Amino acid sequence: MSLHDQDDPALRAAQEKRLRAVWEPPKGLFLRWTDTNNNQVGVWYVLTAFGFMLFAGVLALIMRTQLAVPENDLVTPGTFNQLFTLHGSVMMFLFAVPMFEAVSIILLPQLLGARDLPFPRLSAFGYWSFLLGGLFVSGSIFFDAAPDGGWFMYPPLTTRTDLSGLGADIWMLGLSFIEVSSVAAAVELIVGVLKCRPPGMRLNLMPLYAWYILVVAVMILFAFPPLIAGDILFEMERLLDWPFFDASRGGDPLLWQHLFWIFGHPEVYIVFLPSIALFAMLVPTFARRHLLGYPWIVLAAVGTAFLSFGLWVHHMFTTGLPKISLAFFSAASEAVAIPTAVQIFVFIITLWAGRVVWSTPLLYATGSLAIFVIGGLTGVMVAVAPFDWQAHDTYFVVAHLHYVLIGGTLMPLFAGLYYYWPLVTGKKLSDRLGRTAFWLLFVGANLCFFPMHLSGLEGMPRRVFTYPEELGLGGLNLASTIGSFIIASGVAVIVLDLCRSPWRPKAARNPWQAGTLEWLAKPEDENWGVRSIPLIESRYPIWDQEDFVRKVDEGRFFLPDAEEGRRETIVTSVLDARPVAVIRLGSPSWLPMLTALALGGVFILTTYHFYWLALVSSFATLGLVLTWLWVGTAETPEKPCKPIGHGLELPLYISGSAAPGWWAMFITMMADATAFSGLVFGYYFFWTRHEDFPPEGMDFAPGLFWPMAALALGVATWVATVAAREVHARGGVNLARTLVAGAIVLAMAGIFAGLAGPWLSGMDPAAHSYPAIVWVLALWTSIHSGIAAIMLAYVLARSLAGRMTPRHDAEIRNVTVYAHFLALTAVVTYLTIGLFPEVA
Amino acid sequence: MHLTSVLVIGATVIALLVLAVYVIAVRTPEGKLDHVGGMRLVLWLGAIFPTVVLTALLLWALPAMRPLPHQSGDLRIQVQGEQFWWRLRYEDGNGPGVISANEVRVPVGRTVVFDVTATDVVHSFWIPGLGGKMDMIPGRINRLVVKADKPGIFRGVCAEFCGLSHALMAFDVIAMEPSAFDAWLASARGVPARADGRGAELFSANGCGACHTVKGTPHTAMIGPDLTRLGERRSLAAGTLPPTLESTAAFIRNASRFKPGARMPAYSAMPIEDATEIARWLRSADGEAGR
Repeated sequence: MSLHDQDDPALRAAQEKRLRAVWEPPKGLFLRWTDTNNNQVGVWYVLTAFGFMLFAGVLALIMRTQLAVPENDLVTPGTFNQLFTLHGSVMMFLFAVPMFEAVSIILLPQLLGARDLPFPRLSAFGYWSFLLGGLFVSGSIFFDAAPDGGWFMYPPLTTRTDLSGLGADIWMLGLSFIEVSSVAAAVELIVGVLKCRPPGMRLNLMPLYAWYILVVAVMILFAFPPLIAGDILFEMERLLDWPFFDASRGGDPLLWQHLFWIFGHPEVYIVFLPSIALFAMLVPTFARRHLLGYPWIVLAAVGTAFLSFGLWVHHMFTTGLPKISLAFFSAASEAVAIPTAVQIFVFIITLWAGRVVWSTPLLYATGSLAIFVIGGLTGVMVAVAPFDWQAHDTYFVVAHLHYVLIGGTLMPLFAGLYYYWPLVTGKKLSDRLGRTAFWLLFVGANLCFFPMHLSGLEGMPRRVFTYPEELGLGGLNLASTIGSFIIASGVAVIVLDLCRSPWRPKAARNPWQAGTLEWLAKPEDENWGVRSIPLIESRYPIWDQEDFVRKVDEGRFFLPDAEEGRRETIVTSVLDARPVAVIRLGSPSWLPMLTALALGGVFILTTYHFYWLALVSSFATLGLVLTWLWVGTAETPEKPCKPIGHGLELPLYISGSAAPGWWAMFITMMADATAFSGLVFGYYFFWTRHEDFPPEGMDFAPGLFWPMAALALGVATWVATVAAREVHARGGVNLARTLVAGAIVLAMAGIFAGLAGPWLSGMDPAAHSYPAIVWVLALWTSIHSGIAAIMLAYVLARSLAGRMTPRHDAEIRNVTVYAHFLALTAVVTYLTIGLFPEVA
Repeated sequence: MHLTSVLVIGATVIALLVLAVYVIAVRTPEGKLDHVGGMRLVLWLGAIFPTVVLTALLLWALPAMRPLPHQSGDLRIQVQGEQFWWRLRYEDGNGPGVISANEVRVPVGRTVVFDVTATDVVHSFWIPGLGGKMDMIPGRINRLVVKADKPGIFRGVCAEFCGLSHALMAFDVIAMEPSAFDAWLASARGVPARADGRGAELFSANGCGACHTVKGTPHTAMIGPDLTRLGERRSLAAGTLPPTLESTAAFIRNASRFKPGARMPAYSAMPIEDATEIARWLRSADGEAGR
């Protein structure tokens, strides 16, 4: 096929017909929900997250009504505690983070000129998990069973089963399930950015939104796992009475606070940076010029992400820390303002240098900047520890965080909504309603939250269902309540605007005259993403590259056809985006939804102590995952290569570090290793807390022999797996199968050796935090050995079924990545629990 | 407060500055600012300016992070947070410790060391008028040093969410002249005179002594607050109710009506006259009856 072929309109029409057929969404009342394409899944995701935002907003209105006057009794204290716990948890876990992922699922393929993300079924799985977990957690309030320990869930209030009910389990297990889906989406987005860029889009030509996605997804990868580790310890204490946070048995409530805030602070930037990313897309459009200082903003984003992991302790300034920690974390908390300031001034200076075109999205951006700057400055105030000792846990902090989140998340999202609505639906929203809503939101937010600075400084603590009249806080609180209803009316106007949208006429293509790739989308959008995958030479190709839109539309770039009737996209190299392969993408399927249901069953059934049913559900999950892998991944193509235009011919099968699957495995294991390090942190944290660790009478448990045996077996599993990969690549299929079989035996033996240490030395995990943390580490590692055995068995089966050959060997290569991490986990676990007691 | 005013003024000035830059930015026509000039502005406004301001702020604020100095002879008050009240113990080195609850007295001009902890859940000890807050964490003892510089009454609250009645967990702090404080502490060490009568009998008969101490009687249990000097406290039930006979009687009959989640069982079958008698007896120490 040469370029001239594309001159033939008949050929183009035939190509379009084939593409349309391949990307046709499934129809029908039930079948449509099997869709996996980002255009559909992304929209469901956004709408669901938006729905949870409205729900959490209503909860806030009830709280504000209760607090409108002193000594009110509209709701009981128990209900009020459920309201504020759920408001915070839903806004964070079911709105802010998922909304970022949802918007990214819609936008990322468009921004990268890709047909879809590399793992469409994973996106669908993430969505269904999110929906199920979200309904489970938020529905609990209708049964008066919602979590009531605050979104931070500090033990022992929440771990003592006599002080907290089912709500605590619903929070832990329901949100752990959501966290799993968040990590799944993060993996998808990272691999999407790294491997699915169009040819020529080197890292330094990437749209800034993609940079921010990369940064934020990496943050999710390192921030959520410590919380998942905390969740594990938490539920072990609640369900099995293992005393991690019980001071009377060697535990420490502060361990939870550390694990929670190691997650909780980066979380703030996880929900803030994506909004900055939306600014980075719309500011150049309305300044009619390139963003000034591209490298600066990328470095500032990376710097913010990096620093955000070093300042969690500022949430713990009042826990009695040593002076040196106060000084260090105060300094780090102030330092994070610097990269933030760089990002803000990059936008302002871009507007300065360019020609400002006023529009509704820019109005929202301006308003959110104003609100965010106030929130940022009060943030610097609370970073000063002596000030924080007064302001901490008062309404001053409530004011601060809402200024940050309204200015840094909510209003930018509305800016993005008005900006990108035409991209998704082909129709513009009303400027008049948009401006009305803006002013309601802006005035409401300031009226609601500014007085809270004052009520906080006057001594009003957070999380109180009432306050005495004598304190004279009635006026300020009434103002806040009125403000909250004005915010609500602004949101209602936006909802009205959205509801009217279907009756509006189609807008022009690229209605804002933007320069970035996503605006290739036509108002009557096709499901296929882009007509042909372009060659990128600029950060603003629509502005800078000659005849760009026409060439894309006429299929003059790459992969303009779907000859084999398969959904495909191009994979490129990580740094310089050289085309590497064409991959076949997952088509609509029931598997993602069913797997999400089964996995959700494990978490939900455990909440209600239906352990046997939960076990059945976990076997169902395993079966579904294996089926999904077997039928849906690493398929051997019907031909080795295919032409994609311009004389380029790309392979249809890749394995190892060139392949998206390998990257997904690697990235997932980074998250896994981070969760594991949270547990290891627990072990050494307990050591620093006790003079005598291991405690008197447990000095010799779990002994040296069994941990060292387990360590040797873990390393041997790894050696056998690596050897199998090497032998297999050189054609020694039978020897490789033998080695894999040997690795399975070694991994299974590793399970028993790992558990034998604590078991045979009679360690009672309910007695003290020491045996409890040893058991957790041994269990974690043994479960990982068990998963290794299952994976290796899968590899063996694929080989025996003829689906894995020396040329098509993605399975063994991906499992080897897992084996690397297994070996690391085994070495750290067994050196810690075996050797550390000898030297401590 | 000095620190607060500096921070508030600084933040206001910077917010107005950013606003001004923004207004200039959107009003300046295209082409007035080139790439080099723009990048210089980003460098100065976005990087250098905040770095200088924040470094200065940090260096200026560091000394304030040091706790107030204290010596071994200073008055120590152990405070233990409970759901939802405060257990107190004064130690001044001049005799046995004095146990009390829900109302703190401190001498003006002297350093006072609070050793705060908790056994049930995390609480936080905060007297906004006297100093910062300090968390009360099971298994840890945190230290807060304060010095009141004028006599007066301050309100203290629990600042960390601790359960159903977190909002109803307050206390009064009475800063007294040192001589008056010493006299009070000495008298609190002794046993107050108390009229015997039906109230004392009812207190015993209803099993109140299973949880509460009343000095000078056989009742020495430590589960609930010490009630020896209930009559002198400015409030009832940790800042929740006025210190009157009626509210005391009502609280005895149904504590969790006023304090959801309180451990004290309801005595709803107790006649109101009996509850009033108990209340009168409890409040009768040292001639403070009838208050």
